[in-house]
Amino acid sequence: MNNFIKHKGLVVPLYRANIDTDQIIPKQFLKSIERTGFGQFLFYDWRFDENGVEKTDFVLNQPRYKNASILLTGKNFGCGSSREHAPWSLEDFGFRVVIASAFADIFYNNCLKVGILPVVLDEEVIAESVRKAETVEDYQLTIDLENCKIFDEHGFETAFSIDDFRRYCLLNGLDDIGLTLQYETEIADFENTRPGWKNFARGT
Amino acid sequence: MKTLYDKIWDAHIVHEETGKPALLYVDLHLIHEVTTPQAFAGLRLANRKVRRPDLTFATLDHAIPTIDRNLPFNDKIAEKQVEALRKNCEEFGIKLFDLDRIEQGIIHVFGPEQGLVQPGQTIVCGDSHTSTHGAFGALAFGIGTSEVEHVFATQTLPQSRSKNMLIKVEGELPFGVTAKDVILAIINEIGTDGATGYVIEYAGAVFENLSMEGRMTVCNMSIEAGARAGLIAPDEKTFEYLKDKPFVPKGKNWEKAVEYWQTLKTDDDAKFDKVVEIEAETLAPFVTWGTSPGMSVKVSENVPDLTDAKNETERKSFERAFEYMALNPAQKVEEIEIDRAFIGSCTNSRIEDLREAAKVIKGYKINEKVSAMIVPGSMQIKKQAEEEGLAQIFVDAGFEWRDAGCSMCLAMNEDILQSGERCASTSNRNFEGRQGRGGRTHLVSPSMAAAAAIAGHFVDVRNWKFND
Repeated sequence: MNNFIKHKGLVVPLYRANIDTDQIIPKQFLKSIERTGFGQFLFYDWRFDENGVEKTDFVLNQPRYKNASILLTGKNFGCGSSREHAPWSLEDFGFRVVIASAFADIFYNNCLKVGILPVVLDEEVIAESVRKAETVEDYQLTIDLENCKIFDEHGFETAFSIDDFRRYCLLNGLDDIGLTLQYETEIADFENTRPGWKNFARGT
Repeated sequence: MKTLYDKIWDAHIVHEETGKPALLYVDLHLIHEVTTPQAFAGLRLANRKVRRPDLTFATLDHAIPTIDRNLPFNDKIAEKQVEALRKNCEEFGIKLFDLDRIEQGIIHVFGPEQGLVQPGQTIVCGDSHTSTHGAFGALAFGIGTSEVEHVFATQTLPQSRSKNMLIKVEGELPFGVTAKDVILAIINEIGTDGATGYVIEYAGAVFENLSMEGRMTVCNMSIEAGARAGLIAPDEKTFEYLKDKPFVPKGKNWEKAVEYWQTLKTDDDAKFDKVVEIEAETLAPFVTWGTSPGMSVKVSENVPDLTDAKNETERKSFERAFEYMALNPAQKVEEIEIDRAFIGSCTNSRIEDLREAAKVIKGYKINEKVSAMIVPGSMQIKKQAEEEGLAQIFVDAGFEWRDAGCSMCLAMNEDILQSGERCASTSNRNFEGRQGRGGRTHLVSPSMAAAAAIAGHFVDVRNWKFND
């Protein structure tokens, strides 16, 4: 997994509540058996019309937000399906950070596995940042995961919180499976001490 | 004193230390074609094996066609994905219930039907509707593909404990009100993020009286309220449903299992972090009008007006939803005309759902401007519905009668709405484009979808004239 220490980047506001994973990446693109190449399909139905032509009024298509790496969005972002293709497509498109007042549970976990940092801030703070991202040309934020701080160059600074262990894993780009395999003996013990009928799935 | 959730959690801790998520053992890993290929590729890359192929079960459901399955797929990319699962299952020693098997079906219909899902288990699947299995008193939740790979390699998952929420619905459901309406009402009440960070336990007379199929419908849509999982304590009905299913323990082991399962209930004085109470008598058949499962009203009501929005953000989402759904504020629900009807999905494709639909449909023909399909949840249900004569009722009325799969719930195969088409659907998500780009989805119960298909518009099934 990519590690995440500090990131400074251009902010794009997509300020709607309840953006679901079907919007982030529509189902017709889930048939690929690869892990890469999903960025071109990100927000597909919003970015392109029915003939595949870019919709110029959609915020991600506006020249001023090209190369944005921080997505500022509404509450309950990533609700719906568990598809990890959603953070894969965000990452492949160039996003490193998503900021919302609340995230859907599975999506939040998936982001951490992919190395995208989901940052939770108060709704009022987000609304204010949206205003800046809309009005200030080339509005950038810096997210410092080591110190759990987020700030801009216009005097804004606030702290955010994230589970300590998750933060540690992100900072070091640690592979969960590798960590878990340290407990191999305990896993084997757990399996060996279960009564046979609980170690089921044999129908006997 | 513990909740049911706490009990299951505690029984599965492999390793726990302060400041880290607990490592939980996974009893059952269900897999399908869409969210696994990259996980298998990860295993191969790291030269790892599936630790417990005997606790891992596969079927095909998401991307497969629901007609002409003996022919090569029209969709070659989907076919490649299906082939990949076959190859992966063979290589890693996992049992796959393929398209030629009577057991094949939607993964969340298949698991319970085979008795793989049992009380007190931890169950995961790369699919958010894994919450379905909470109906058996199992802790079941959806995971992403990286986590699928983690479970393959270790049979465990690092997890942080959720909070406990109790949703109590007491009383008796009025005539015409089903499990689907109960869960739509709950989501309407608490919101689509109302249970984020929680595991819900559903309790009270209404859930006790629901069949296992109804309980699955309720737990299935827990995710639509943002919950990590939904749970219903197992009881005699649960044991009766499971008895003699292929994968449940047999003989003496069955007795031991039931003895343990009977302990799986929340202690009387256990504390919940949040409690929601709803009176069954206040419920009615629900219809979603917008693009989020919480946007619903009773069928006898009007869709909301913009002035009903609680704040500016909600007003904006109302406006957007009205525009996408081509509805007017305060429009009467019963005046909304439909083009399509879909009865199926892991929410509502079980035998009881089909019986409910058949009761409404019997003796009628679908409206001439509506096209409608019924997609059973498994090939076993398909067979049963044919034996019970339900299939004949559907076909006589003009419904298409398909093979088992996810079908138009997520429209990954060819079962798809055309832009602008409006559908009465028994599925679980009414997101923009969910059933096809530009398609307009209204979530309802099977009886409401059946009635709408016949009338050509939404009708209150409580006033339906049944042909017994």
